[in-house]
Amino acid sequence: MIQFILRRLLISIPVVFGVVFIVFVLSRIVPGDPCAAALGERANPRSCEAFNARIGLDKPIMPFLIKDGTSYGFTGDPSSVANNQFVVYLSALAGGDLGTSVKHGRPVTQLLFERMPTTIELTFYALLFAIIVGVGLGIIAASRHNSKRDVLSMMFANLGVSIPVFVLGLMLAYLFGVLLKDTFFSLPPSGRLTSGLRPQSIAQVWGLTDLTGPPRGILDFVSNMYTINGLVTGQFGLLVDALRHLILPAIALGTIPMAIIARMTRSSLLDVLGREDVRTAEAKGLRPRVVLLPHGLRNALLPVVTVIGLSVASLLSGAVLTETIFGLTGIGLTVFESISARDYVVIQGLALLVALIYVVVNLITDVSYGFLDPRVRVT
Amino acid sequence: MSDVAIGGGQPLRDLVPGGQPLPDAGAAAEAGIVGRRSVVRRLLRQRSAVVGLVLLGFLLLVALLADVLATHDPIQVLLGVEPGMRPRTPPCIHLLGCAPDQAQHILGSDGNGRDEYSRLLFGTRVSLFVGFVTVFGAILIGTVIGAVAGYAGGRTDNILMRLMDMLLAFPALLLALVIVTVLGKGLINAMIAVAIVSIPIYARVMRAAVLSVRELDYVTAARAMGDSSVGILLRRVIPNSLTPLIVQATLGIGGAVLEVAALSFLGLAAQPPTAEWGTMIGNERNQLFTAPWLIIAPGIALTITVLAFNLLGDGLRDALDPRLSQ
Repeated sequence: MIQFILRRLLISIPVVFGVVFIVFVLSRIVPGDPCAAALGERANPRSCEAFNARIGLDKPIMPFLIKDGTSYGFTGDPSSVANNQFVVYLSALAGGDLGTSVKHGRPVTQLLFERMPTTIELTFYALLFAIIVGVGLGIIAASRHNSKRDVLSMMFANLGVSIPVFVLGLMLAYLFGVLLKDTFFSLPPSGRLTSGLRPQSIAQVWGLTDLTGPPRGILDFVSNMYTINGLVTGQFGLLVDALRHLILPAIALGTIPMAIIARMTRSSLLDVLGREDVRTAEAKGLRPRVVLLPHGLRNALLPVVTVIGLSVASLLSGAVLTETIFGLTGIGLTVFESISARDYVVIQGLALLVALIYVVVNLITDVSYGFLDPRVRVT
Repeated sequence: MSDVAIGGGQPLRDLVPGGQPLPDAGAAAEAGIVGRRSVVRRLLRQRSAVVGLVLLGFLLLVALLADVLATHDPIQVLLGVEPGMRPRTPPCIHLLGCAPDQAQHILGSDGNGRDEYSRLLFGTRVSLFVGFVTVFGAILIGTVIGAVAGYAGGRTDNILMRLMDMLLAFPALLLALVIVTVLGKGLINAMIAVAIVSIPIYARVMRAAVLSVRELDYVTAARAMGDSSVGILLRRVIPNSLTPLIVQATLGIGGAVLEVAALSFLGLAAQPPTAEWGTMIGNERNQLFTAPWLIIAPGIALTITVLAFNLLGDGLRDALDPRLSQ
């Protein structure tokens, strides 16, 4: 098993390197002059020369490859092997430096650190919704194969996998924010908190305001996940308000994984229920519920767990749309904003971060495959 | 594990498990030899496939007859042309009791005073075009890469598939977003981006199919008769690997429609005044509270289109996979 995990880890290394390389190449072939974008009206040949020298754009792009204005060319200069933009980029990356946002005038890492909690919170509740409803629906469908319940649940799942995230999001906002406004079911159609509500950070509540450095950073990071903050500090008004704001985005984002999990649970449960040990359990006279839940579900859930891991990816894609619709300042909205503002440094950093999260999730999923199915380990 | 690849859109691509060939490719490749007529009969026995086919037929009909069915020019701004025309007039159908002195607009008008119903009809053309062309492009490149990798094996296989892994290391929509940023806004660029993003799916399907067909007797026979590698690939291997590809492509069209619409919604693909559903929703999304029909109508159209391809793809898979037909 350890050997299998090590092998998977080794395979991931070239992929991670490739991802870094692709992001670098994409960032260098983006049309437009980075100097003009950064300096705006102050851009002139002299200021641009200084700007390019400062951030290393006067160096060759890669070994033997130079870019002069808009045209590319080759250079025979052997010093370009060690002294080029890719090397500069890699060494900055190794030091945790993702560059500085042109639009916000702040380091990208700082921006990520601030906005990440929103996305983590959103994805968590979306996944929670997907798992609870998806597994439930799958069990309902499989417990009476080909019944009306089965057909209805699967129709629901088919619809869920086909409705675009942004259409579902807008329709939910309309239904709960407009049609049901002033009723018991009314839910806020945008934002993270009701305006005017100012959450206290965990450090403030716990009286740790003189704490500095990484511990304070982690504490502030967690504080920014309002539901956790509300829970641990006892600000229950904050907790309820944050949860109410999260319901619609989480449903919009979680519906596609929910539908996939429902279908997976159903088919894998049907598979298991046809097996001999389950039939034996039935023959022993165990009640249907006892057969279905402990015998069937425990075996059937293994492939479902894997699908859940893989769903994280589609959640990251969907977060761009969900956060844009519901006005949540997370990673997704930042991607969209940066593209509109042509803030390429931020896009580059975000693309790298998301791809790395993705690679890690895939790795964990692959390894869990190995745990669940011994046959995978040898291939 | 065959159900991992169900559903369309981003999940389809993002749910291909890392490093695993698609599971039913081989079995379905063998089923491809069974013969076409029985496949059609089996397909028509699948409830979901029939519903998918009916929906798709309806959409094709609307796309073909858009000129006839439309009441107005989808692009023409009617403000100042038609008396009493305002932006975002609510739907007005005379038969349903709308005042006869008001101009008839079945789904009202959009923010620029264009007839929403006509735009919706012409949007069918754009979406079907986008779906078919994008997937066709992705298949063309993906099959070549997959076939070469599977047939050549060894180092070529390794390099090509690691490249595909790198593309798969980005969530679909995000990679498409970045590529569109590099290429510039526009429908064609968005289609190119979505095609690039989905190449790895087809490369993997094709590679798995080639690997399972490569060792079959008739391919060995062709090789023994002195057929060239390229000849064997084109005449023997590819035709017999088409079945899993068709299933994947059908599901992929729904996904491509979805992704290009999402890019349009974000303002990166089709630009106004093109009648494209994603753009129509994106342009009016802030009017959700005053003119919801401008979002609901194209939203339903988009959902039906994706649903049609997903249902058909599911049905095709069930009909072509002999293991599931019992």
